[in-house]
Amino acid sequence: MKHDLVLRVVAKVFLPFILMFALYVQFHGDFGPGGGFQAGVIVAAAVIFYALIYGLTNARRVVPEPLVESMMAAGVLIYAGVGVAGILLGGNFLDYFVLDHNPVAGQHRGIFWVEAGVAITVSGVMLKIFYMFADRGRIDE
Amino acid sequence: MAVTVVVLARNRNLFAVIVLSGLYSFLMATVLVALDAVDVAMTEASVGAGVSTVLLLGALHLCRSEEARPLHKPWLPLAVSIACGVMLVYGSLRLPAFSDPAAPIHTHVVPRYLKEGPQETGVPNVVTAVLASYRGYDTLGETTVVFTAGAGVVALLRRRRNRRDKQK
Repeated sequence: MKHDLVLRVVAKVFLPFILMFALYVQFHGDFGPGGGFQAGVIVAAAVIFYALIYGLTNARRVVPEPLVESMMAAGVLIYAGVGVAGILLGGNFLDYFVLDHNPVAGQHRGIFWVEAGVAITVSGVMLKIFYMFADRGRIDE
Repeated sequence: MAVTVVVLARNRNLFAVIVLSGLYSFLMATVLVALDAVDVAMTEASVGAGVSTVLLLGALHLCRSEEARPLHKPWLPLAVSIACGVMLVYGSLRLPAFSDPAAPIHTHVVPRYLKEGPQETGVPNVVTAVLASYRGYDTLGETTVVFTAGAGVVALLRRRRNRRDKQK
């Protein structure tokens, strides 16, 4: 699909909005539907969309594979790190109340980082699986 | 949805099957919106209809697009799945009615989450509050499961590629 002008232009127009929507879903998850998992999937879908239109090689250049692999582990580590931070600050594992002087603000902070961890892991895993499959089938050829 | 499933089961062209299962996911997402489960609907639409369709198409790229004819008639699997369905329907007959306020699930911890959740966590979306705060351990486990799935795929597919390189 590399040489289809309409698809290339439409993809270019759409991609910023898709990524913007992913960020909205991530940070508005406290108030509306959405959260880390959905945002991670939308980010991964945006990159997969890019890879389908512009080819796998270009997508690898934008989001290199080592970055994706470290994202997979980094998300889980951020999540567990929030839990350990709770212990270090004198609470229980995954206790958000101690993360800030104000318990409610601590909850906010804890949920924010936990959701960020979920989003990073989910988008990393989705992208990695797509890369592995597409690499064997060579979609970009 | 029923029409989609029947066409899905009858069809032998795998490309059509993948597109139809994406369609089924979208219909499922619509049902979930109708049930007021917007978070789940969003997940279903993005994962079920979006990413998994692309992944299945990628897998289809590796194999033939026509399903092979089955060797024998599928009467036994059909009987087993009908029996399972009948048992599920029988089990759901005695469930409390939909949105019945006296159902056990609504009297256990749900009132506390709904009443004190917004004050305790400062998060208006109860789904997020329960998922990330009250059920933080579960969500950590789920994230680990997702990570493990990704690591498993990496382990399986990467080894095959190395072996093929060696054969060359």
